[in-house]
Amino acid sequence: MVALFPTCLGEALNRAAVRDTSRLLAAAGVAAEQPSGATCCGQPAWNSGFVRDARRVARRTLRALADAEAVVVPGGSCAAMMRLHWRELFRGERDEELAEAVAARTFELSQYLVDERGWVPPEPARKAEVSYHDSCHMLRELRLHDQPRALLAAVCDVRELPRADRCCGFGGTFSVRYPDVSTAMADDKLASAATIAAATVASADPGCVMQIEGRASRTGAGVRVAHLATIVAEAL
Amino acid sequence: MSGFEARSRAALADPRKRANVPRFAEKAALNRVRGFEGVDLEALRAAGEAARARAIADLPRLLDALQAKLEAAGAVVHRAATGADAARYVTDVVLRHGRMVVKSKSMASEEIGLNDHLEAAGVEVVETDLGEFIVQTAGEAPEHIIIPAIHKTTGQVRDLFEPLAGRPIGDDPAELTRFARAHLRKRFLEAPVGITGVNFAVAETGTIVLVTNEGNGRMCSSLPKVHVAIMGMERVVADLADLAVLLPLLTRSGTGQKITSYVTMLNGPRRREEGDGPEEMHVVILDNGRARVRETPYRSVLHCIRCGACQNVCPVYRQVGGTAYGWVYGGPIGAVLTPLLHGDQELGHASSLCAACDDVCPVRIPLHELLLGLRRDRAADSAGALERLAFRLWSLAWSRPWLYRLTVRMAGTARGPLPLLRRWTRTRDLEVHR
Ligand code: SF4
Repeated sequence: MVALFPTCLGEALNRAAVRDTSRLLAAAGVAAEQPSGATCCGQPAWNSGFVRDARRVARRTLRALADAEAVVVPGGSCAAMMRLHWRELFRGERDEELAEAVAARTFELSQYLVDERGWVPPEPARKAEVSYHDSCHMLRELRLHDQPRALLAAVCDVRELPRADRCCGFGGTFSVRYPDVSTAMADDKLASAATIAAATVASADPGCVMQIEGRASRTGAGVRVAHLATIVAEAL
Repeated sequence: MSGFEARSRAALADPRKRANVPRFAEKAALNRVRGFEGVDLEALRAAGEAARARAIADLPRLLDALQAKLEAAGAVVHRAATGADAARYVTDVVLRHGRMVVKSKSMASEEIGLNDHLEAAGVEVVETDLGEFIVQTAGEAPEHIIIPAIHKTTGQVRDLFEPLAGRPIGDDPAELTRFARAHLRKRFLEAPVGITGVNFAVAETGTIVLVTNEGNGRMCSSLPKVHVAIMGMERVVADLADLAVLLPLLTRSGTGQKITSYVTMLNGPRRREEGDGPEEMHVVILDNGRARVRETPYRSVLHCIRCGACQNVCPVYRQVGGTAYGWVYGGPIGAVLTPLLHGDQELGHASSLCAACDDVCPVRIPLHELLLGLRRDRAADSAGALERLAFRLWSLAWSRPWLYRLTVRMAGTARGPLPLLRRWTRTRDLEVHR
């Protein structure tokens, strides 16, 4: 069984992106299931320094994913949490081996499609324009730069966003701990989208989408912000 | 409102700072990239990290060796356990010789509040690094560890300099610099004591190394009768071979230069056969919490060579500048160093954990790991009590799938006066895609 782990932000705010992820997987010939016992990867607590709370939540999800031959995650930072930090989180603890095993079988969505499945979507008749914003942890922890761009480039004209690698200011709890700084960072991102008059910005992380889209909507920035899965699924 | 939040909001409300800091930080970041073009950066960083790790691992022995060499050359070495001790020592030295000092850039002196201490003792302090001179004239503190006046426009500098000059100078940076140079030149010739920082101190040879572009470090250390160099104890490196690795890493990471205009290497005061140099040289080696940090999991923060590269790429620093971090060091290095040396645990949170700093640090300090460590310390501490309760409730709920499902469904329809939600919705919409 291939598991689709929707992520908590995906389930709370962007179920459309989760559905679109399913569609992409189906198009690639993968029938993915959403294991019912999975909740959250534990990242909010981990990034705030509450290791035990992170472990308590992550353990529930870990066990729910135990039987999956692969776990696909439409969220760059959650994928980084599961692939990299779960090993640390469970080191010397119960479920250590399981965490190692599941971490090794967990993939960010574009990583799974492009690297594991060798799949990119078929070229559509008409290509819309899109720019891609890198999720910090997906880029600098998982080092996934080309994979999301490869998916997008198959169905869209990708125009590089200037400083696509710069943080959008989400940062999980950072966004509500220091809302003004966080918002100023989102404005920076929107300003860089404006310099190329980007019509659409795609991101592979529901957190970045929530942040950039929420600010664009408030300021009337006139740029569409959407999850990568949504943009690619629209072109299928 | 917490300290960082209040200070960062004040910084965000300063439009000129908000325009200038990212502009000049970006310039410095691009210079850095160009500075490393065509070299094997990763190999250099690995060598830099190894050199720094060697120095800090062997710190007590290297400091003894450095001190022995310096003393043999006729310098006076003072080990200061605290900032107050260092400031007192330097002030005593100065008062023995006069009432005026010229100073080149030194973050260690900022750290110990030396200028205030000297001025309280009736000493006139003249900062001679152009950026420091601007900041001092404005009555402010440096916003960046190598570009102190990063937040100032030339117009602001003109407005600061014209009253000093008593004549119009204009906006031309060259004219402004010419004024500063003429103004400072007199002071160099008058001051009995020059104070400098230390970029590196080579234990093997007892060499104090100053890296500058304006030559003011060389003037401060050679024109006055007395030279006082202040170094954090971690500035030491083992030998000239390690210096050869670290020096270009510092200049390329800081300004993109293969080498700065001036690299001054000092081995003690003037010798009998020499025609110039100070008659008296003091080297103050400052602990101020560093030896304690060395015994913690945060030891690698002592590897820092103060290049400023992490500040230039930090998306938080770019918005708020350096003083918003509440002490002398801003950006990622400040967010790590300040809680460790000065207190204020909250700063571990003054980062989105984007990890851009990790990628540029020339000595590969895992800055965002260290920030995460600080967050863990705070979580275990009373400062984090309320949050601890919140995360406990959260983890109890979200380790139960039915409660998890209930709460995420509610989150999608959340409205009303939830305090955390308000901190989101004050500036952003909450978009839901069903
Ligand atoms: S932490 Fe690294 S990048 Fe930042 S100032 Fe120190 S050496 Fe430079």
